[in-house]
Amino acid sequence: MSANILTVDDSASIRLTTKVTLTNAGFSVTEAVNGAEGLMAAKSGSFDLIVTDLNMPVMDGLTMIEELRKLPAQAGVPIIFLTTESDADLKARAKAAGATGWLTKPFDPENLVKIVKKVLGR
Amino acid sequence: MSALDPVAVFRMEAAECLEAIEAGLLDLTHQLDNKDLVDAVFRGLHTLKGSGAMFGFEALAAFTHHCETAFDRVRKGEVAATSELVAAVLAAQDHMRALVEQPDADHGDTGHKLLAQLQAAVGGKTATPATAAAAVTAPVQNTSGKNSWRIRFSLPASSMANGTNPLGLLDELRDLGECTVRANTSAIPPLDALTPTELYVSWDVTLTSEQDRSAIDDVFIFVLDDMELSVDEIDGTVAIAAAPAEAGPARLAAASVSPAPVPAAAVPEFRPVEAVPVKREAPVAASQAKAAENVRVPAERLDELMDRVGELVIAQSRLSQLAGASTDIALRSVSEEIERLSGELRDTMMVLRMVPVATLFSRFRRLVHDLARETGKVIELVTEGETTEVDKTVIERLADPLVHLVRNSIDHGLETPDDRLAAGKTEAGTVTLSARQAGGEVIISIKDDGRGINRERVRAKAESSGLILPGQPLSDQELLQLIFAPGFSTAAAITNLSGRGVGMDVVKKTVEALRGAIDIVSVPGQGSEVSLRIPLTLAIIDGLLVRVGSGRYVIPLSAVEECLELSLEEDLRSRGRSFISLRDSLVPFLRLRDLFRTGTKPDVHQKVVVISTGTERVGLVVDQIIGDHQTVIKSMSKLHNDVATFSGATILGDGSVALILDVGHLVAAGQQQEAQLRVAG
Repeated sequence: MSANILTVDDSASIRLTTKVTLTNAGFSVTEAVNGAEGLMAAKSGSFDLIVTDLNMPVMDGLTMIEELRKLPAQAGVPIIFLTTESDADLKARAKAAGATGWLTKPFDPENLVKIVKKVLGR
Repeated sequence: MSALDPVAVFRMEAAECLEAIEAGLLDLTHQLDNKDLVDAVFRGLHTLKGSGAMFGFEALAAFTHHCETAFDRVRKGEVAATSELVAAVLAAQDHMRALVEQPDADHGDTGHKLLAQLQAAVGGKTATPATAAAAVTAPVQNTSGKNSWRIRFSLPASSMANGTNPLGLLDELRDLGECTVRANTSAIPPLDALTPTELYVSWDVTLTSEQDRSAIDDVFIFVLDDMELSVDEIDGTVAIAAAPAEAGPARLAAASVSPAPVPAAAVPEFRPVEAVPVKREAPVAASQAKAAENVRVPAERLDELMDRVGELVIAQSRLSQLAGASTDIALRSVSEEIERLSGELRDTMMVLRMVPVATLFSRFRRLVHDLARETGKVIELVTEGETTEVDKTVIERLADPLVHLVRNSIDHGLETPDDRLAAGKTEAGTVTLSARQAGGEVIISIKDDGRGINRERVRAKAESSGLILPGQPLSDQELLQLIFAPGFSTAAAITNLSGRGVGMDVVKKTVEALRGAIDIVSVPGQGSEVSLRIPLTLAIIDGLLVRVGSGRYVIPLSAVEECLELSLEEDLRSRGRSFISLRDSLVPFLRLRDLFRTGTKPDVHQKVVVISTGTERVGLVVDQIIGDHQTVIKSMSKLHNDVATFSGATILGDGSVALILDVGHLVAAGQQQEAQLRVAG
């Protein structure tokens, strides 16, 4: 069973890499360019997993995670955030906000698939 | 081209990112305490660094990291944004651009210099480069052979709501080796006190595995910080508590404050691994619709499409010809229908190629900023009509000429602050870049409120360089237009800004190559305005089809003033002098038959097509005027670059090729001929 994954990132190149990687791994991918769009997409769709960047215009990833976790329908949906090494503080905050796991940028596509599978439990 | 090459996408994105950073920095120079701008710049740098590292632009990532760190400190209020910092990052930004464009080139020690600058700007402290990786799991000595562990773990009550699936973790443990799992359910409360999204179960696992201890930590990597985990080797010698000492009480405290109850009905129960079929149809149709509002298309595809439309227009005109000669009513009606459709398609196509001049204007903010620093002048840049749309090709070609004109305005036009104050003006000079549409043209103008063009100096310079005769009467416009003559410069000394090889003559050439014209208005002491009038689109023009000998040529209709007959008498009289009198003024003319060396005899009734560029006119003698012709311009091959007489080619309805005459060049040739004749007396 392929899972529906929502990716939220303001960087087109990262979105593309993520999409290509996940699509090749057999997942179906929907994209959003910032937290606000991500939130809207999550509300109007049904995703098995959300992968999000943290630093984004309009609404950052942290706020999006907080907002998502307020929604009963989003309870239990795993959220992986992309972070850089220098974001140690942000990582703690994202976890506290309800993120499930993280992936350090720059990431290896294989690693992304591994983490996604791990979080999806398959 | 591959639209799916992430590196190509990254380059495009990096360019945009750098533009946004630059715009943010420029705004920031005026409002150093604007937190939103600081955030925006930080975000840009952050994205650039992150994506750069992903796509192999290591040097870029490493360099950008320092700027990002600096801005992060501003963001966190540790240091204040200063104009030095902004200037340093602005300078660094150019280096980043170079690192994007040529990641492998040797950039010398530019980077080091810039970083030193940056360091000085943030008070001598920048963060050390990012350390490679702070590995989450500490390396543990590998013990060979099989090990058995007793693993006990309990997760935070909220972990399931936050997407952690304990069953997944158990599966991962099972993947490591032989497992026996026992769930400890003693903490599950009575049903009425149970919150379905919370986790009350803890587990007790015995694992026999060839893997080492770190593999177990890897399983719990995302929850390691919040959970209780104890891993004991079965023989009982080692006991490692992974959980922080205070985690226990902290968890209890957290558990006693039960989170706001979640309406059970809305919760899809527990989420066991592969249950709960989720609706798969119509996932986020809304967001997809939104994404479709703007589509990025590489310019070359648009050009291809334009070519196809051009060919369609040609094929359609052949069809019209055939249908016109036919009596078949059905054929005629189809032909008319196709004519309408291809016309509409052409119009739509035109619009697709239009981009707002804002993309062009935005480049000038940086230029003006730099020039202000270089010249010590106080300059305000005003832009107007940024939403005016112009053909993309026009925008690209106009960039350099506009840079030159803006430089000129600032270098020659604007006075120093002292001079301005002495002249009773404000200290700051204003340069206004504006765009507006007028009929089929776009008018882009550069206006300054400086000292205006000094006519005496222009005249003196033109006389001394032999462009005009001493005392030769000229209209004001003619005099001003002299500044476009090749090699003309009124700057007493060639400064760093002017005299960079791009002269006003190049500006004029470029504009004329676009079939545009330049007007100048200049009031001494009050400033100058240079206006470029450019046709809206380049790809399709209305032309006048003429015949010279057996060849057919197209003259852009916008340049045609009038057509008249060259009487035999006038033809003979003007032989050798090549002037016709047109309502009391003499207009030089060129015999295209001679120019093209057709070797044919002239028709008895030759025609003169009078064309003009602004104020100058020239007549072209042709054998026959065929009529209006809508022309799709095809550029000529590189081999024909030197052929100045023609600006392009087109395909006629019958499939033959006609060359398009370059009006600017022909007028110049005519004027030259006139000047020679005048000198000769």
